[in-house]
Amino acid sequence: MLLYHIMKQDIVLAWRQGNISLVLAFLMIAVTLVPFGIGPELDLLRRLAPGLMWVILVLAVLLSLDRLFQSDVEDGHFDQLLLGSLSLEGLAMAKILAHFCAIILPLALALPIAGALLNIAPAALPILVMAVIAAGPALCALGAVGAALSVSVQRAGLLTALVVMPLFVPVLIFGASVTHQALADMTVNWWALAALLLVSVAAFLLSPLAIAAALRVLLR
Amino acid sequence: MQGQSNHETKRIGLTCQGLSVWRNGTRVVRDLSFEIGCGQTLMIAGPNGSGKTSILRALAGFLACDGDIGFNAAPLAATHMHYVGHQSGLKQHLSVIENLQFMAAILAGARPNGVAEAMDIWGVVRLAHSAVGELSAGQLRRSAMARLTVVARPIWLLDEPFTALDQAGRDILSAQVAAHCSAGGVVVASSHEPLPFADQHLNLGVV
Repeated sequence: MLLYHIMKQDIVLAWRQGNISLVLAFLMIAVTLVPFGIGPELDLLRRLAPGLMWVILVLAVLLSLDRLFQSDVEDGHFDQLLLGSLSLEGLAMAKILAHFCAIILPLALALPIAGALLNIAPAALPILVMAVIAAGPALCALGAVGAALSVSVQRAGLLTALVVMPLFVPVLIFGASVTHQALADMTVNWWALAALLLVSVAAFLLSPLAIAAALRVLLR
Repeated sequence: MQGQSNHETKRIGLTCQGLSVWRNGTRVVRDLSFEIGCGQTLMIAGPNGSGKTSILRALAGFLACDGDIGFNAAPLAATHMHYVGHQSGLKQHLSVIENLQFMAAILAGARPNGVAEAMDIWGVVRLAHSAVGELSAGQLRRSAMARLTVVARPIWLLDEPFTALDQAGRDILSAQVAAHCSAGGVVVASSHEPLPFADQHLNLGVV
């Protein structure tokens, strides 16, 4: 129940603070600019699209992670959460789930439009959306670890990115291999998709421990 | 650094033995002991930087500290306490009523109809649906204090509670503290000006 209240508040805040529209706008601007950069070769664009798509997605998630915990610490909200009966691990889980609902799901829903701009075949789009949703919990959980580690650093955006980028590599590898096969012959690479899900489940279960440990440093 | 009691302490309340508090690796409070009976208020005074806020935050469990802190002869738990500090703890983009409803949910044990009553008592009913980011400093303070009334908890930790409050706001706070104490609650407040409701005084002296 406590988890639900924290999730609900975070999702409402993500909407009102404009985080959701910011991330969606970033996605759209990036996919609009890419064809201009590559030039008028549809074939080249088709081959580059899956890789570009993932890189843009990961950057969009990073953009949204910046102040996941920092804003709570700055306005004293974190103190109040500490006085509640929810553990730091539970709090971390609620934050990850809320971030998934507020950021990853809108991104996944906007993907068909972005995919069209990158010349991705419509038949491959459902597979792409599935892969992004499978990868989402991992992106949020690992990103939250980075956000928690850099919580006491002012303007930590770039630092968070540096901490988190290496952790995102496995997600990118499996995600790209799902997408490549989907674009090549419109079939699902179940092994890569299962691996994505596995990474997501493991990250979601283990990262709250790391996040709680990082946040406890604040209490010293 | 001795707490001087004006009244006889009736029941054992908040006890603190040999409290030392560290902040960023330096010890800001050394070996402090005090006892506050149920229904009493301790006021902590002292110049800037003498460790008033650190003591309150250590009691709340937000800062590492040494020493034995107990409440009614049991270890002090987070769920015993309210903390109102310089940061409101309210979310700028949520309205006053949304913030208080969230507090009621996470702090648990809210009184039935507690949010509506608290907004009435603290005089923020008119602001219920305004975003917290649009409030004045005093209105923000009243909204933050309202959670003291929403959820009943035995210990109130108040960091300079009179800051930004107008006279009417101070009267509300004094009345709420009196009601809280008559129900057996404990209040620890730091302040630079005399608090009308203080029973005991702790002066941290010069740094």
